[in-house]
Amino acid sequence: MVKLKNVFKAYNQRKVIEDVSLDIEKGTITSFIGPNGAGKSTLVSMISRLISKDDGAITIDGKDIMQTKNNEMAKKISILKQTNAVNLKLTIRELVSFGRFPYSQGRLTKVDEEKIDEAIDYMELRDIQDKYLDELSGGQRQRAHIAMVIAQDTEYILLDEPLNNLDMRHSVQIMKTLRNLVNEMGKTILLVIHDINFASCYSDHIVALKDGKIVKQGRTCDVIDQCVLKDIYDMDIDIKEIDERKICVYF
Amino acid sequence: MGYKMKTWILAVIAVILMALYVFYGLTGNIGYVLPRRLLNLLAICLTGGAIAFATTIFMTTTNNRILTPSVLGLDSLYMLIQTIIIFFFGSNMMVLLGGSVNYLISIAGMILFSLFLYQFLFKGEKNNIYFLLLIGMILGTFFGSFTDFMQVLIDPNEFMMVQDRMFASINNVNTDLLYISIGIIAITFIYFMRFYKYLDVLSLGREEAINLGVPYHYVVKRLLIIVVILISVATALIGPITFLGLLVVNVSYELMKTYRHFYIILGAVLVSMIALVGGQFLVERLFTFSTTISVIINFIGGLYFIYLLLKENRKW
Repeated sequence: MVKLKNVFKAYNQRKVIEDVSLDIEKGTITSFIGPNGAGKSTLVSMISRLISKDDGAITIDGKDIMQTKNNEMAKKISILKQTNAVNLKLTIRELVSFGRFPYSQGRLTKVDEEKIDEAIDYMELRDIQDKYLDELSGGQRQRAHIAMVIAQDTEYILLDEPLNNLDMRHSVQIMKTLRNLVNEMGKTILLVIHDINFASCYSDHIVALKDGKIVKQGRTCDVIDQCVLKDIYDMDIDIKEIDERKICVYF
Repeated sequence: MGYKMKTWILAVIAVILMALYVFYGLTGNIGYVLPRRLLNLLAICLTGGAIAFATTIFMTTTNNRILTPSVLGLDSLYMLIQTIIIFFFGSNMMVLLGGSVNYLISIAGMILFSLFLYQFLFKGEKNNIYFLLLIGMILGTFFGSFTDFMQVLIDPNEFMMVQDRMFASINNVNTDLLYISIGIIAITFIYFMRFYKYLDVLSLGREEAINLGVPYHYVVKRLLIIVVILISVATALIGPITFLGLLVVNVSYELMKTYRHFYIILGAVLVSMIALVGGQFLVERLFTFSTTISVIINFIGGLYFIYLLLKENRKW
C-alpha cells in the first residue's frame, strides 16, 4: 500500500502540493486527473523519489521512501516519465536490460536474462529487439520503455502521461497492457492521465487534483460525475453511459 | 566492425606510435636518451589517459557531450595560480620552492575552486548545468583578465617564466612530479572502481538513475570530485590542454557507437594517447620544437568543436 500523509511541496514559495493525504490499495489502477499545473506530475515524482517533499510522510508497504535504501526501493517501485528522450545508441534489448540493474548491478545473470526475455515477449517486441531506439516509432519506443519497467519487476508502477503523443490504437494497446499487468501479475499502477475517458474506462480509482489539493478521490464511477468534473475543470461536461462505461462528452 | 575490434585497432596504433616515439632516430648517448624518452612517454600516456578518463566521467554525470571540466575555467585558474606565485614571490621563489610545492598548490587551488563551482550544480532538484557553465565561463574570463593584468605589470624576465607555463609541454617532465602524479591517479582510480558499475545507468539521465536505485547525489558528487582530481593532476603536470578531453571523448563515442562505458573509456584513453604521442612526435621530430603540443591539439580541437556545434545545431 502506498500511503501519503499531509504532503507539502513548494517551489520558491509557490505551493504546488498542499496537504495531500492519500491511500492507494494494492492491485488497482489509480489515475490522477486534473487541469494543467494541478500538481499531478509533482505528486507522482515525489512518490517515486525523483523530487523531495517539503513536509509530510510517504510510505510504501510501511517503509518510508527516503529512509529505505535506494536499491531496495528500486525493486519495489518504478516510474516511467513523460520525457524519456534517451540519446544513447541503445537497442531495445539493451534498454530493457537496464531494468534489471537493481538486481544485477550491471552483471546480468541467467535469471535476469529470463526476465528480460519475458518482458520483451510480453510487450511483443521480440522481432525488433535489436533495433536501435532512434529507429523506432513513438509507439514502439513507449512499449520498449514499458518493457523495461516490466523487467524491473516492481510491485508498484508509476507512469507519467504514458499516452502522450500516441495515436488511439497505441493508447488503447498500452492501457490494455496496463490492465493486464494488474489483473494477471497483481501489479499496482498509478498513472497521470489527461484524457478523462481513458481514466474512466480503465482505472479502478481516480484522484482528482486542482491547485495542489485533492478535490475528490474515490471509485471511478463516483468521480466521473457532472458536478465533480465541473468543479475540477470549470467546464460543463456531459456524461453518457455507453455499454456500462461512462463517457465524457466535452467538445 | 564491432567495438571490440575497433578497440584492438586503436591499441595497435597507439603501440606503434609509442614505439616510433621511443625508437625513431635513437642515436647518441642511448643510456641518457632512452630513459628520458621513456619517462616522457610515461608522462604523456598518464596525462592523456587521465584527461580522457575524467572527461568521459564528467560528460556522463552531467549528461552532455560538449562540456568538459576545462571549459569551466580550470585552465585559466591554473594560469592565474602560476602568475600569482611569480607576481608576488618572483621567479626566484619559483625555483626555490621547487616544482613539487608549486604543483601541490596548483592542484589544491583547482580542487577547491571546483568544489565551489559544484555547489551551483547541486542547487535545487535538477542539474543546473547551464548555470554552472555560465558561472564557469564568467570566472574563467575573470581569471584570464586578471592574469593578463598581472602579467603586464611584472618584469619581462619573469613574464618569460609565466609564458613558459602557458602552453602544455612534455619536453621536460619533472621526474618527482611524475611519481607523485602516478600515486595520486592510482589512488583515485582505485576509489573510482566502487562507482564504475553506475556509469552506464547514469548515462540514461538523472531520473532513470534514481528509478533504478542509484544513490544519485552520493555517486555524482564523488564522481565529480574524482574528475577534478584527475584533471588537476594532469594540468599541473604538463599544463593546460583545453580541447583534448572534448576531442578524444567525442571521437571515442563516434567510433565505438555503444553506450558501454568500458569501451567508451578505453577508446577515449587510447585516442588520447594516440593524439598526444603522435602530436609530441610531430612537435619533436618534424617541427623540431618550433611549436608546442597544445597548439596543435587546440587547433585540431577547436576545429572539431566548431564542427560539433554545427552538427548539433542542425538537429534542432
